Amino acid sequence: MLHLLFLVPILPFCGFVVLALFGRWFDRRQVAAIGVGSIGLSALFALLVGFDFVIAPPAGDHFSQSLWTWINVGGFSPHIAFYLDSLSVIMILVVTVVGFLIHVYSAEYMEDEPDGYARFFACMNLFVGSMLTLVLADNLLLLYLGWEGVGLCSYLLIGFWYTDPANGRAARKAFIVTRIGDTALLVGLLLLFTKLGTLQIQPLMEAASAHWVVGSSITVAAAGLLLGGALGKSAQLPLQTWLPDAMAGPTPVSALIHAATMVTAGVYLIARMNVLFTLSPVIQTTVAAVGAGTLILAGFSALTQRDIKRVLAYSTISQIGYMFLAVGVGAWSAAMFHFMTHAFFKALLFMAAGVIILGLHHEQDMFKMGGLRKQTPLVFWTFLAGSLSLAALPLVTAGFYSKDAILAGAWASDAGGRWLWAAGLGGALLTGLYTFRMVFLTFFGQVQTPFHLKPGLRLLLPLVVLAFLSIVAGFLDLPRTLGNQPWFSDFVHTSLPETKEIAGSVERNLQIVASLASIGGILLAYYFFLREPGFVRRLVMTPLGAALHRFWFVGWGFDWAYDNLIVGTYVRLARANRADVFDLPMRGIALINQAGHIVLSRTETGRLRWYATSVAFGAIVAVGIVVFVT
Amino acid sequence: MNAVYYISSVVAVVATVAAVTGLNAVHSLLYLIVSFLAVALIFFTLGAPVIAALEVIIYAGAIIVLFIFVVMILNLGDVAVEQEKRWTVGKMWVGPALLALVLMAELVYVLFQQTVHHLPGAGPIQPQDLGATLFGPYMLGVELASMVLLAGLVGAYHLGRRRQPDETAQERQEPVDAGARR
Amino acid sequence: MASIPMEQGLLLAGVLFAIGLTGVLVRRNIIFVLLSLEVMLNAAGLAFIVAGYRWGQPDGQVLFLFVLTMAAAEVSVGLALVLQLHRVFKTLDVDVASRMRG
Repeated sequence: MLHLLFLVPILPFCGFVVLALFGRWFDRRQVAAIGVGSIGLSALFALLVGFDFVIAPPAGDHFSQSLWTWINVGGFSPHIAFYLDSLSVIMILVVTVVGFLIHVYSAEYMEDEPDGYARFFACMNLFVGSMLTLVLADNLLLLYLGWEGVGLCSYLLIGFWYTDPANGRAARKAFIVTRIGDTALLVGLLLLFTKLGTLQIQPLMEAASAHWVVGSSITVAAAGLLLGGALGKSAQLPLQTWLPDAMAGPTPVSALIHAATMVTAGVYLIARMNVLFTLSPVIQTTVAAVGAGTLILAGFSALTQRDIKRVLAYSTISQIGYMFLAVGVGAWSAAMFHFMTHAFFKALLFMAAGVIILGLHHEQDMFKMGGLRKQTPLVFWTFLAGSLSLAALPLVTAGFYSKDAILAGAWASDAGGRWLWAAGLGGALLTGLYTFRMVFLTFFGQVQTPFHLKPGLRLLLPLVVLAFLSIVAGFLDLPRTLGNQPWFSDFVHTSLPETKEIAGSVERNLQIVASLASIGGILLAYYFFLREPGFVRRLVMTPLGAALHRFWFVGWGFDWAYDNLIVGTYVRLARANRADVFDLPMRGIALINQAGHIVLSRTETGRLRWYATSVAFGAIVAVGIVVFVT
Repeated sequence: MNAVYYISSVVAVVATVAAVTGLNAVHSLLYLIVSFLAVALIFFTLGAPVIAALEVIIYAGAIIVLFIFVVMILNLGDVAVEQEKRWTVGKMWVGPALLALVLMAELVYVLFQQTVHHLPGAGPIQPQDLGATLFGPYMLGVELASMVLLAGLVGAYHLGRRRQPDETAQERQEPVDAGARR
Repeated sequence: MASIPMEQGLLLAGVLFAIGLTGVLVRRNIIFVLLSLEVMLNAAGLAFIVAGYRWGQPDGQVLFLFVLTMAAAEVSVGLALVLQLHRVFKTLDVDVASRMRG
């Protein structure tokens, strides 16, 4: 069954081609059938391949399938080839299954679109195809192709409602900021190719570990450049500014691209190239530090947002910070586990938020919502399940198990492990706080805007499925202290390095502390936003409170800094060069010709004696040359 | 004979200068006749009696006479003399004189590169030799010269024709602008 | 026949040519321009005769004949043009005919 692997990425591309070329001649049902069906089939094949891989693992725990030779130039011959190991299996399962659920959801969500229904599904299919190419790629060039493809689709889908210039700006911002990362990634690829002679991932990593010394400058350069690429795509410090603005796109887009899949591409890259990162401890520590910093920063920002989607966006940034923290301390399986659980509950939260937004006629400000728990009970319960998982409620939610694994890994790390663990813990408290602020503001209290929608099966069924997964998926990896069934970790460790273990008692203590942090956050949210909302309101009105609120609201001033330092400088330079000095060599030719013309045209006086004089002068010069020079 | 040559050359130069710098057209033409006569004498001393005769007959006798005819047709008068006074101011001579001097300098330089040839003088060229050469090797030139004369004849006739009234009417617009454009 | 050094003969021709050139460039009345042009042609012919004298061959004189013929034809056409100029522009100023300007 493994040889059917190629169908997994190919089917979404087929869906894209059909919808892009012929989409305008299909009606809604056909478009949805093709768009959702291609992902559904892809998910089916992914499940088949996954089962086959788990039940009967191939030799060496990996499977390669080469389709054709892409380029063959002077010893450089990357193939269109797919590489399947446990890491890829997890990725393709999450991408296709969650993607399929989101496609089903968007078949009903996007029904009110006047036109662009086919365009939407074409772009979504292209996205899923590119993402699958990215995670299945056997060599870095194909990975980069997928990387660029998802970036393109992100741009197309953020700016889906292109008639509003604000959406175009958001799409451009996303594309440009990730481009900075992409450039770093490309330079890293070129560096790796020049130094190691191949871009195929497995041989490259073997060559690196054979030839490169741990901690040498070349490893720092290579890993650092790859990290740059990951930072852009995954919206981490300092390239995180694009993700909150990317919420301008439709909610299914936010769910699929900016929560579950594309933004985790950076984590995948680091996990896939783990050898390079372990060869460079400096960079790996940087990864962890960046993750820790980002999760705190985004947590504070999420606490002050009014738009429900922006809260979820900052929450995504924060949770990916956790994943970066995990790979930074070498807890590879914890990172992948958190990726999987995050995909489930974040997609769920976004989709539920989308139903709410639809039902309130596109009202996204939480302070205008309220009391929705009685108006849409199913949405409320599924949203609650997702929120509890996000806040990592102990023992019953998947989020708890994954976050706990990360915190354990952080504690065990050598490089500043205690600080990282403390940041993760603080982040857990913050997560509970902002998540339940969101829940209480939206679903409790007085009804301010009534809910006007009868959600259909296609909207509700994905919510239920993901809610179920958000609870149950955690049981795939029970830690030693709670049952010791590390199926997931064992599966991941067939392709990624082992994580350092810590003593059972230490781990239990850590779990207790983490649980207290999560529950504490939830309780604080209950107190501040349900029982005594006035307290917070008074706090925000004090000078310090207002300043902090403003500072966190604008994402710690990064946008302002980038606008003034980078964009502003460029615009000022462009304005200074208004006369376009650099075009002068080109225009200069024309200008010189014009000046020459003006000068020379004065010699055409039309007067006979002038012409006779010039003839005489020319004759003298000619005679002179003949007589004196030759 | 040498003395004749030198005296004639002086006369030629002086007469030419007077012709070129003169203010009255007819006076200049008369000075020019003197210059051509002197040049004819020079031709005689250099052993070209036929050519000397032709210079007088054709150059001085036909071409200059043609000039005089045209001047008479134009009927310029004293107004023209006044005009010439205005037009030929002193400082206008500087530039062209300079050019001419430079040309002269080049010529002098070339000439005095070589050693001076004193020729014994083999005697004047006889008309028979001239005729034989003319109708021998230079036959083609003679025919072409006759064609040039024909072309000159036809051209002069056509260009000198008094135009029809409507043709001149169009060109009568220009003189107003031409006079103003100064 | 005189025995004159060729250089002196050519020098005379050069002087006459230069005078004629100056006349062409300076004078504004077209009659005088044509007149100076004749001076130049005559000087060129003198140079041919001097050359023929130096070699003792009639070829120089033959070429002078051709020059003479050409000068005659050119004068007749030129004077016809002078008459036209006078008819059209009512003046003999050669600067007036500058429609080719610019």
